[in-house]
Amino acid sequence: MRPQTSDGYTKRTMTLEAFSDTIIPGERRFPGDRAVAGAASGGGAVAAGAVQLLEWDATGVTAGLDDFAALLNEHARAYAGQSGLTLDDSVPEFVALSFEDRTELVRRLVAPGHPEKQIWISIALFANMAYDSAAHMDTAEAIASGHPGLTAMGFALPESDGLWRFRDYSYGRPLAALHPDTTPSGSPA
Amino acid sequence: MTATERTDVLIVGSGFGGAITAYHLAAGGARVVVLERGPWLTSKDFEHNFKLGSSYTRIFDFVVGDGMSVLGGNCVGGGSVVFFAALPRAPGFVFERRGSIGRRMWPAAISRDTLEPWYDRVAESIEITKQGWEDVSYSGGLWAAACRHAGRTANPVPAAVDTGSCTNCNWMMAGCRFDAKQSLQTNYLPAALSHGAQIRPLHEVQHISKTEDGLYRVHYNLVDDEDYRVTTGNGVIDAKIVILAAGAGATPVILQRSAPTLGPMPHAVGRYFSGNGERLNTAVFDEDRVREVLGLSHGDGLAYAANQIGKGPTVANWDRLDGSLPEYTRYSLEQLYFPPGLGTILAQAADGDGLAWFGVKKKEMLERWRSWLIIFQMIEDDNEGVFGPPPATGNADRISQQMLGVGRLQYHPTANTLRAWGLADAEVKDILERDGLATVTPWTNDVVGAYTVHPLASCRIGDDPATSALSDEHELRGHPGIFVTDGSAVPGALTVNPAMTISALAERAVPAIVRAARERGIEVSYGAPAPDGSVGGRRGVAGLIPILPRV
Repeated sequence: MRPQTSDGYTKRTMTLEAFSDTIIPGERRFPGDRAVAGAASGGGAVAAGAVQLLEWDATGVTAGLDDFAALLNEHARAYAGQSGLTLDDSVPEFVALSFEDRTELVRRLVAPGHPEKQIWISIALFANMAYDSAAHMDTAEAIASGHPGLTAMGFALPESDGLWRFRDYSYGRPLAALHPDTTPSGSPA
Repeated sequence: MTATERTDVLIVGSGFGGAITAYHLAAGGARVVVLERGPWLTSKDFEHNFKLGSSYTRIFDFVVGDGMSVLGGNCVGGGSVVFFAALPRAPGFVFERRGSIGRRMWPAAISRDTLEPWYDRVAESIEITKQGWEDVSYSGGLWAAACRHAGRTANPVPAAVDTGSCTNCNWMMAGCRFDAKQSLQTNYLPAALSHGAQIRPLHEVQHISKTEDGLYRVHYNLVDDEDYRVTTGNGVIDAKIVILAAGAGATPVILQRSAPTLGPMPHAVGRYFSGNGERLNTAVFDEDRVREVLGLSHGDGLAYAANQIGKGPTVANWDRLDGSLPEYTRYSLEQLYFPPGLGTILAQAADGDGLAWFGVKKKEMLERWRSWLIIFQMIEDDNEGVFGPPPATGNADRISQQMLGVGRLQYHPTANTLRAWGLADAEVKDILERDGLATVTPWTNDVVGAYTVHPLASCRIGDDPATSALSDEHELRGHPGIFVTDGSAVPGALTVNPAMTISALAERAVPAIVRAARERGIEVSYGAPAPDGSVGGRRGVAGLIPILPRV
């Protein structure tokens, strides 16, 4: 892993954060947070750990992250040119886009027919998974530590042995008539 | 020089098609070796954990294709370990389907009636619970109540779940920690092992060739048990009989790769793939309306809010399984659970005039996850899937260390398939949006294409050599001694969950495989009881089997 102080790394991280934040948006982490656009309340994919997941080589996308970030910023530069936007050059190009423009650009990149669709879909899948299943953490620990995605979704706590059991699970009464042709095995005829 | 290992019967894959044939052939006296590309995990290994590298990501594969992605088992026990255990028999009209080939797709020898004794053999071998309403999860009950409210019927689904030990944890896709799910690890596989069959995990078969003395030589790679991208060795085994049961996403790929060494494959190898017509919708319920309109409540006064609780599908609507309706308008609608990740990413939120699978509205939808109900459509698709040239190894270029890969399947839905999905979408909307109960949206097909958990028909049985790869006895045309017994042999979409039909066909295929084995000098007989010793099913099929000559 590169040191946090490296400019390239910071630029890459900010770009990946801004992309992940476009997939599942969240609130700004600190005043002046540029990567996270603050388009939604509560933590989003970034707070959920999207960059940690992407940087875990088990995903298979880690080795390409430098290139993906550079490519995304190229797309952002082209998008800004087409749209007549002037970008703040103190942050990476994609980060300099508004949330609405980031969303529009990502929509184009993941659309059927885009030649790089598979790249952007795979990054988006992992950003999603960081939020809605915490795929970089043990699930029970993630919930215990208040993981923003699983918590917001209301994922239940496990029992003390780390396993889930639901003793109440059924309305327990007939709720519809059976199909008249049901066979003795319980199958359709 | 080391002598090449030999066996009588080499089976590729340990799911339904592999385990059932392995048991009967081993019990009949043959030497059987099963090669399984995935790991061998048992209930103590099955974790409740979404972390990459847990059992959840080790035991199944998600293979992205062009227009269709396939979820399949990748472990000893195959699909039976990761599936949701629904085991309905297929409705009678399915066997009369013509599809797009202008003739009956199924062999003349097979109908629901003639398959019934083989279904019975499976039912005696796998403990199937005919669920009652007291077994139905809240989500199944909600679907039933909504169906009733809309003037429809609804049925609890027969399932291979021991409801006494089931905890309704809904972690079935990670393998059942509590041995409540009656996977093949609880019946056919231990019985096969007790009769001397060998099962070798992490052996991924690549291709088949022939030896000078007429045996089949099966070439495999050894796969690292943590990082499936890594190959740790390779080897070969010679066998008189080969049974391919690697799943409909892998069996045709192995055969395609074998064409240079075995000779041309039948035209239908790697064609006519069906995704079983599958498509998913997500309903997000208004809890107040569930209480007011359907009169449901539970626990702490909650009306529903129980998406997480249950055991996969428990209730299905079968009103459209009506043989008098035209083909491509018949389907079932089944309540289902999919865990976060696989079950959330493709769900779409209403966003302005359109739908969005990411962004602010999607996040708001996720915040109501407990009030989700997933409805699984199984329509009649058009067998429009075709496999392109095989990848270097396996059936996909693996991206992640486990689970995620890119395969060669192309699936561009025809107008018939699209119209059937449209009909089913509209009906789910009609049932669930009535009186403000819920908002329903379909999963997107734009991200990874359509999505099937039941790949079928890529190497199918039939009477017509031009449109089927296998005889009605499951033997590969032009390659005697090679049989296919997995979902790829099923001719087309079944409108219900297919595991029961795949299993019945595998049971039905065994006598012909035994005959072929005996013709090659293998001392093997047919007639084993069910894995637990029951003999009712054997009695039921006795009259259907030609007397096998003794060797």
